[in-house]
Amino acid sequence: MLSVRNLEVVYHDVILVLRGVSLEVPEGEIVALLGANGAGKTTLLRAISGLLDVHDGEVTKGSVLLDGRPIHELPPTRVVRLGVRQVMEGRRIFAELTVEENLRLGAHTNAGALAENLDRVYGLFPVIKERRGRTAGYLSGGEQQMLAVGRALMSEPKLLLLDEPSLGLAPKMVEQIRDIIVEINRQGTTVLLVEQNATMALAIAGHGYVLETGKIVMDRPAQELLQDEDIREFYLGLGAEGAARSFRDVKHYRRRKRWLS
Amino acid sequence: MTEFWQSVARGLGNGSIYALLALGFVIIYKSTRVVSFAQPAFMLAGAVLVTYLAAEVNFFLALVLSALAVALLALGVERVTVRPMVGKPVFVVAIITLGLDIVIRVIVNGFIGLDVRQVGDPWGLQTVNLLGVPVQQRYLAMLLTTALMVAALFAFFRYTRFGLAMRAAAFDQETALAQGVPVGAVFATSWAMAGGLAAVAGVLVGSGASVDQNLWIIALKALPAIILGGLDSLGGAVAGGLAVGLVESLVGTYQADLAPWLGQNFAVVSPYVLMLLVLLMKPYGLFGTPEVERV
Repeated sequence: MLSVRNLEVVYHDVILVLRGVSLEVPEGEIVALLGANGAGKTTLLRAISGLLDVHDGEVTKGSVLLDGRPIHELPPTRVVRLGVRQVMEGRRIFAELTVEENLRLGAHTNAGALAENLDRVYGLFPVIKERRGRTAGYLSGGEQQMLAVGRALMSEPKLLLLDEPSLGLAPKMVEQIRDIIVEINRQGTTVLLVEQNATMALAIAGHGYVLETGKIVMDRPAQELLQDEDIREFYLGLGAEGAARSFRDVKHYRRRKRWLS
Repeated sequence: MTEFWQSVARGLGNGSIYALLALGFVIIYKSTRVVSFAQPAFMLAGAVLVTYLAAEVNFFLALVLSALAVALLALGVERVTVRPMVGKPVFVVAIITLGLDIVIRVIVNGFIGLDVRQVGDPWGLQTVNLLGVPVQQRYLAMLLTTALMVAALFAFFRYTRFGLAMRAAAFDQETALAQGVPVGAVFATSWAMAGGLAAVAGVLVGSGASVDQNLWIIALKALPAIILGGLDSLGGAVAGGLAVGLVESLVGTYQADLAPWLGQNFAVVSPYVLMLLVLLMKPYGLFGTPEVERV
């Protein structure tokens, strides 16, 4: 459904952030994208959703194809209308507006089906329904994340780009968000999930990519990634022998690894 | 007592004009974070357009047509001169609007010439008896028009899809973009609204008086109004405008008797004194949002 080909992104004309990233998101699947801070995960999402411009970024090479059609040069409004929605990192709800107003905004491009989509979102998130008249800024972190996801669903997206939905949430909340993602996917929305919480992401994803300083360094089915030694060590926090390593070794190892990949 | 109530009526009438202008400033500020100094020019353009239209059609129709035309003008001006500067420092854009103001005013002045022009309003200087106090009809007209427009604006921002999108874009542009809100259209609409409001204000200033090249100076009174109301609050703009009008009018009526040592025409500076007093106590204005910072 979504295919990213050889994508190269430059910020402020000088900072090369993505260098030749290729990635496939097949229809109906959950695909996980892992990577450390600054690897370029968010940049990749922005390139897909058209939000690079706001940050003075630009696609210099390659393309993003949605069902074969290039979308990386479209403005964000058009991308949303084509059915691709990004849920930005850090929730970014409109804190001054009420919960329901936030949801109505989510339906900006799809005002015709407002009522039924409200019902669907309230069905998925009963908590949000209870709070619908409240000012959104006063919701708890988990509720705000649900609101952010619910808001995105209001335009009935075909493809949902989730940027670190588990960020800053309690483990219980993370489980709840995970189940919601699975449910949304089951109802027919394809999901590209960017996560630092690799355990959670790989548990529900069919396929996983690992991004490191602007390049895809691993591209395997999620089950294989879960078993992979490097992934276990760097993303799941499980050393091969279960012991902590000195930071110096880690650095050395990573430098060597980058060489090879 | 009659004198007092007449002064209040004049104050509220003029104040509602300041409120209309202030609303324009605030709407543009909220959506683009720029204070547009082109408002005086749009106000003058609106007034002058009505002096020409009123000869052809009924005054009220002329008022509506002029507001629409100036809104369109503001829309075009925004698209051509301000939009390419998105992302540039706010200061730069503010200076551009200053230049725009001068350019538009010079062009409009060409249509005024050396004499004064009439807007052709139906009330002129006639008075009406309101609970025993003779009040000029034009002040009532100003107050009523402003009340109507404020109510319309309130409904627009509260209940319509695009009004909601404008509020969201004012709060967080990037997130609004991610919702599919066309933020460029939000900028354009805010300029058009401000232009239309300024045009109506200009016509109201000209009613019962006349339109000449110095009409735009009235618009400067909107500055103390927005600052004391809080730059980012629509309600504050209305309250600030009315407060400035009232203070100016009351000081004009009573200062010569009560405090002659302040000299003549102290009423002209009184809005600024009021603004300073408010800022001393509330640095973000009466209804402004203080910057929320975590400590």
